[in-house]
Order: sequence, then structure tokens, then C-alpha cells
Amino acid sequence: MAITEQEVLAGIKEIVEEVAGVPGSDIEMSKNFTDDLDVDSLSMVEVVVAAEERFGIKIPDDQVSGMLTVGDAVNFIVKAAN
Amino acid sequence: MSLNNQQHQQNDRVVITGLGTLSPLGRDVASTWEGLLAGKSGVTRLPEDWSPDMPTQIAAKVAVEPAELMDRVEMRRLDRSEQFALIAAREAWADAGSPEVDPTRLGVVIASGIGGVLTLLNSYDVLKEKGVRSVSPHTVPMLMPNGPAAHVGLEFGAKAGVHTPVSACASGAEALGYALNMIRSGRADVVIAGGTEAAIHPLPMAGFANMKALSTRNDDPTRASRPYDKDRDGFVLGEGAGVLVIETLEHAKARGAKVYAEVAGQGLTSDGFHIAAPDPEGTGATRAMLTALTDANISADEIVHLNAHATSTPAGDIAEAGAITGAFKSHLDQIAISATKSMTGHLLGGAGAIESIFVALALHHRIAPPTINIENLDDAIHLNIVRDKPRALPSGDIAALNNSFGFGGHNVAIAFRSI
Repeated sequence: MAITEQEVLAGIKEIVEEVAGVPGSDIEMSKNFTDDLDVDSLSMVEVVVAAEERFGIKIPDDQVSGMLTVGDAVNFIVKAAN
Repeated sequence: MSLNNQQHQQNDRVVITGLGTLSPLGRDVASTWEGLLAGKSGVTRLPEDWSPDMPTQIAAKVAVEPAELMDRVEMRRLDRSEQFALIAAREAWADAGSPEVDPTRLGVVIASGIGGVLTLLNSYDVLKEKGVRSVSPHTVPMLMPNGPAAHVGLEFGAKAGVHTPVSACASGAEALGYALNMIRSGRADVVIAGGTEAAIHPLPMAGFANMKALSTRNDDPTRASRPYDKDRDGFVLGEGAGVLVIETLEHAKARGAKVYAEVAGQGLTSDGFHIAAPDPEGTGATRAMLTALTDANISADEIVHLNAHATSTPAGDIAEAGAITGAFKSHLDQIAISATKSMTGHLLGGAGAIESIFVALALHHRIAPPTINIENLDDAIHLNIVRDKPRALPSGDIAALNNSFGFGGHNVAIAFRSI
């Protein structure tokens, strides 16, 4: 069964809240990880690894640098998981 | 002495204005000091499934878990030794009245004996079980021994220099000595100094146990750490941190800070004898004490209190007692000796720091903490030990010493004066 954008966003919210302590309610598709959510480069690595585990996908390093916003990450994961 | 010289000496005096700790006896300085004066032991039995084959099943864990004192997200990026250091530093800084200081004049010297050994070992478990990808990117900043100093430096924006002396169980005292030098040499006006350790894990404990360094009095944890007792059988591993804020007397006066005591001098020597065993002659330790007195311009007859290293090992306690006797000779009887590891266990790199806090408080409150668990005093020990109950210290100008020694033959003595 295909995973929806809403399901991935919900998962990302949980991960970012766990890793960086950002309340889930602050996490929206348009938010920039670094500028809006204060997720630094080390914490971003943690977010990526947690997302890989949760959604059963691989996120290559060259894709991570392009994931500036929550939306970028969600879209990549939806595509990769389906 | 010329006026200029007097003025110079006045400006060079360095005083303690803030204290902080998380220790086996309490979550802060007040509760730790209260436990110390009450003769309370912080040693407990470890859980049964912890490491069943370990000959030692006891340790002195911190009285309150960092999770109760710190934000969860912050915690997961910090080694346990870093958590302890930050908690203690925050208390010390607040206690000092959060001094306003030019960041380029604020230094940090926080030591650790072993560094982030829990992170190192736990991360290796993750590597083996889950692979390279799962090792946290925070691993290196968490395991580096300068991590606690670096985090405290970041917290308070210190830019005069952040340092981490490493000399095993002498590290915490060496940190205070280094901090004293930073101020005396003009590098800083205020320094946050201390030591931290979090090494209660089967691997370091197995290493210590196989050196026969640890007590195996597993059925009687609170009486296991018994410096100077005939039946002492090794130290009890403790954990925690102690942090002191020090500054020039002039700086403290200018901002109206309360002052606990003066850090008056330091003596650092090395044995050149053995990697782990103390030199039975104790000459290196004696020289450290005498050097500290000279550096502080204190005469032996001014010393009324000494917090001994006294870890409760058969060889170490005797060697230090001999060294103290060698340093003080005829003045020995007037020195109230406290072996506070009988209550806190041995905090390794944190020991010299919390024991410096205890000396500062002893001078400030004019009371020497007790040494517990001496049921039968070792015949070879001829010291004036404060046993079981605290003892009042004289009024007037008094001075005290703190001894810390470390594997590798490191000897550190810090001299303190009442204010």
C-alpha cells in the first residue's frame, strides 16, 4: 500500500521532535531545517538515518544536501517509498 | 616590600566565588555538603543483572539522574560526563551571581580522567549491532575528553581559552591549578574550573578490578569505602562533577561578590616511579604539598585542615600518610585530616574538583567534614583524622590543603586560605 504525503510528514514531525526538540506543531512543509527549525548539520544526519529506518528507504548523501525544507524531504521519501 | 609589590600581590589574589556539583551525595552543593557533614555514604549496590561476573558490585552513582535536571534533547547530544559538568557549571555560575565579564577574559578549565568512555563503548555496541550508518554524528564531540570543557565554554561564551588537563585521578585538582595560572598570568579575569567523570561501566570497572584496585565489600556498600581502616580493600568507583568559579579578589570585590576562600597556591610534581603504584617513599607527594605552601606563601603551621586523596586502597593511603607526615612533621597534630571519599566514593577526574569545593566550604564554614567507616585504625597511620563527626576549625586566618594523586605518578596539592 502506498504511503501518503501526510503519513510521511507525520513521521518526520516525530523524528525532528525527538532529535532536535522542535515541537511537532512548528513543523510544516515550507519550513527550512536550518533557518526555521534550528536543525544543525549533525542533527540532520540523525534525522536522515532515522527516516531511512522508519520508511525502509535509502537517502543518498548527495540528496541530503538538496533537502533544504521539510517538504523537500517528504517529497523525496514519498517517491522513494512508493 | 614596596607599595607596588604589595599592590601587585593584592591584585594577584584569586578567590572562589561560585560552587556547583552533582555528586553521589546530592543534586547540588547544599545537599552534598549536608550529606557530607552528616557522614552519609553515597555508595550503593549495582543492579543484579548489571555485570554478574564482576568481582565488584558496588558504586557511588550520582544522587539524582541528569534527566531530572536537564532537557531531554540537550541530553542526547552530551556524554554523561558532559551532562554532569554542565549541571555543576550552571549551579556554580548562578552561585557566583552570573558575573558580567568580557568573553575574552573568561576561561574554562574542566578536566576528566577518562573522557566520554560511556559514549565510546555504547557507540561501539551500536556499530557492531546496527552498522556504520547508525553511529551518531555526535559521537566524537561526546567522547573527546575536552568535551565537558568545550560545552561549558559554549554555554557561557568563554573566549579566553578552554582547557582540559588530563592526569587520571589528579585531573580535577590540576584543572583548578591551571585555572589559577590563567588568572595569575593575566589571561583571564574569571575562570570556570573543575572536573567530571562518568565511568561506571563494566569495562573500566573490569580494568580497575583486575588491578585489584576496587573494594569487593559488595554486601556492605555504605561501609566499603574506608580510608585508613585496617580492613580497607580498595576504592569505590564514583561519578559526578564539581565546578568552581574563580576570579581575582579585586574583580570579586568590584562586583560585590560573596567569597568562599582564596585559592592560594599549587604544587605539581611527578613520581617517576611506576605507572599505577604510588611511590612508597611518597617524596613526590611531599614535594607537591611543600611546593603548594611555598607558592601560596603559607607556612606549615598555618595549615589546620587537609582533604586527603585517601582512596581506601591499602598501599595508597599508607603512602600518602607518610608523605603528609614528611611534609608537616611536628605540625602534624594540628591538621584535621578528612578523607571524604569514605562518603563520595572516588570520582576519578572529578575527585580533585569536588574535594576542592569541600575544602573551600570547610574554610568558609569553619568545619572539617568527617571520615566515616574507620572501625579499626590502621596501626601505620599516625594522622589527626576527623572521624565520624565533623570538627570545628579555628577562627582567625587559617589555611588548608587538598591532595590529589593520579595513576601515572601525578601529584597535585592545592593550597587554600580563609577569607
